[in-house]
Amino acid sequence: MKKILKGARIIDPYSDIDEILDLLIVEDKIAAVEKNIDISEVEIIDLAGKIVTPGLIDMHVHLREPGYEYKEDIESGTRSAAAGGFTAVACMPNTNPPIDNAALIEYIKSRASKIGMVKVFPIGCVSKGMQGKEITEMGDMAKAGAVAFSDDGKPVAESGLMRKALLYSSMFDKVIIDHCEVPSLFENGQINEGAISTRLGLSGIPASAEEIMVARNILLAKELDARVHIAHISTRGSAQLVKRAKEEGIKITCEVTPHHLVLTEDAVLDYNTAAKVNPPLRTKDDVKALIDALRDGTIDAIATDHAPHCEDEKDVEFDKASFGILGLETALGIVLTYLVEREKIGINSIIEKMTKGPASILGLAAAGIEAGMPADITVIDPELEWVVDKNKLLSKSKNTPFNGWKLKGKAVMTIVDGKTVYR
Amino acid sequence: MLIGKHLLGLENVDKKDIENILTTAESFIDIIDRDVKKVPTLRGKTVINLFYEPSTRTRTSFELAGKYLSADTINFSPSTSSVKKGESLKDTAKTLEMMGADAIVIRHSSSGAASYLTNHVNASVVNAGDGTHEHPTQALLDMFTVKRFKGRLSGLKVAVIGDILHSRVARSNIYGFSKMGSDVYVSGPNTLMPFQIEEMGAKVADNVEEAVKDADVVIALRIQMERQKAGLFPSEREYSKLFGIDINKLSLAKQDVLLLHPGPVNRGIELSSEVIDGNRSVINEQVKSGVAVRMAILYLLIGGAR
Repeated sequence: MKKILKGARIIDPYSDIDEILDLLIVEDKIAAVEKNIDISEVEIIDLAGKIVTPGLIDMHVHLREPGYEYKEDIESGTRSAAAGGFTAVACMPNTNPPIDNAALIEYIKSRASKIGMVKVFPIGCVSKGMQGKEITEMGDMAKAGAVAFSDDGKPVAESGLMRKALLYSSMFDKVIIDHCEVPSLFENGQINEGAISTRLGLSGIPASAEEIMVARNILLAKELDARVHIAHISTRGSAQLVKRAKEEGIKITCEVTPHHLVLTEDAVLDYNTAAKVNPPLRTKDDVKALIDALRDGTIDAIATDHAPHCEDEKDVEFDKASFGILGLETALGIVLTYLVEREKIGINSIIEKMTKGPASILGLAAAGIEAGMPADITVIDPELEWVVDKNKLLSKSKNTPFNGWKLKGKAVMTIVDGKTVYR
Repeated sequence: MLIGKHLLGLENVDKKDIENILTTAESFIDIIDRDVKKVPTLRGKTVINLFYEPSTRTRTSFELAGKYLSADTINFSPSTSSVKKGESLKDTAKTLEMMGADAIVIRHSSSGAASYLTNHVNASVVNAGDGTHEHPTQALLDMFTVKRFKGRLSGLKVAVIGDILHSRVARSNIYGFSKMGSDVYVSGPNTLMPFQIEEMGAKVADNVEEAVKDADVVIALRIQMERQKAGLFPSEREYSKLFGIDINKLSLAKQDVLLLHPGPVNRGIELSSEVIDGNRSVINEQVKSGVAVRMAILYLLIGGAR
């Protein structure tokens, strides 16, 4: 099986290529990347005007399996990922039961490979049962294929546990991903603490709740020379802390979600539960700081925190609604429309945050557009204008605050190991 | 008809609508003192009081308001203790509507519950207190009471004292009195003062004395004892010393100050017994105003003129 992707602009952050080239795929590998490849008996896909990139990687998704299959499962989640242009996702372990042992890591991997859509890299729990008490069998899980450890959804609240987890996980060179939030700094928090929480009478989550734990993680990473990855940063203060830590050479990385880059706390006015998410949407000033942090390289990855919830969990009183926003199918359109087109951040840099950035945090094998590499490819139509319709998403859930948004730019083909999984 | 279909809060109600409600209430208040307290205005209409939080006075006030206008009024109080087993608010509301409710009066512990209800029913929704968001009928009855005594609302200094953070009464009063041209000052422990309350139109006083000084109206809020357990203030004793309104603090206000409280009062904590029973207190008048204001709201929302 041979095919040529013809005439697309190839943007490859791994090799720093940005030019119009043809790409030959033979079986599951990239066979050649050259000008005007001309061979016979091959499927030719004309991609003039399109962009071809290494497969996009979303390092933060919730596939909900096992346990919450009514929200999403590995099949629907990976179909949704393929439709969003992702060829690989890393899934969080806050399932039921939580993914805290090697058998469950293997279960996720085998389910994903049977389904055969996109690659799934499981993340294992930091603590047994995600209870925040004892560390998990990280060695066993790493061997089974866990790419990182996290108690995401919850912070690793106990500093002592975090310290032990960092020391222990560093034996396997796996990063710990922390959802930063000091629980004692608020009670029953619903949205960002500020003018909007006051007006709506909703309990606020202060910026300091995130920033104090970001600072703690930086100090632990420094002291132990260990690697910490901060999940979904949402405040100016967090970005500043990470920036300063990086300047000091501390091994800290961080990600940002598309929703924290384009939405502010105003999105929850009228008690819109579709915009209820943790960390909460913050202020205009925070959004501006996050965009700057993306521009100056403080932020290493764009990750969606794809968090499916069924309608009955969102169509309720605001304080009873679940936290979370879908991300897989809207991420690319959002970043191309708002960051590339409006904020004039170079598309190469954005693609880097969705490919090489997350791959290097998770220690995934390089996967650039070069002969010999696996054929994991995303084809983007940068001019395609489309409207988000929550009823047409491939996810099982519909909890997007972007319903009805007009976006420009979309994945039009996703290829995993040479196989077209979305077109 | 100026008022819209629902009354969810005062944030989005303009001055004209507030005036309309207060004027209408004025025309109803005498009915309460009549021997035969009944007019046929809402005959054939059904009002359901859907109360998810315990409340005696607000529920009774709405119930009587409906009855005096000849509406069929029933109370529905889902058990709050079995929330897990209980029916969702959406399903309950739809059921009540199918039974023929013209208006649903809702009290609920979730901020935004009244507004949420309007997504699922066609009946008029009246917010009788939603979480820590708004309690518009309380603010309207406060304004009605003040207007009856002062003859006006514009140019008055109104001090709201206490747990502003958790108070839906404070929020509605800030919107309402500000829209009518009063200057609203708030004061309370910093731990119970919400962020950026100034953006709602209130001025934050440096201390309770500054708030009360030369005030025309002092509204003391009920303090919930569970806030002390949550560590938001150290003791009832210190709270009442610092923020309780007694004769000394009240003497800083204008001679003809009016003292209000949404009730029920914790005697000796937010107010001293002396001022509760003193000649500046209009706490009992507030109760009567409440019935008249709620009659006006039901009439304007589901009366024949719509």
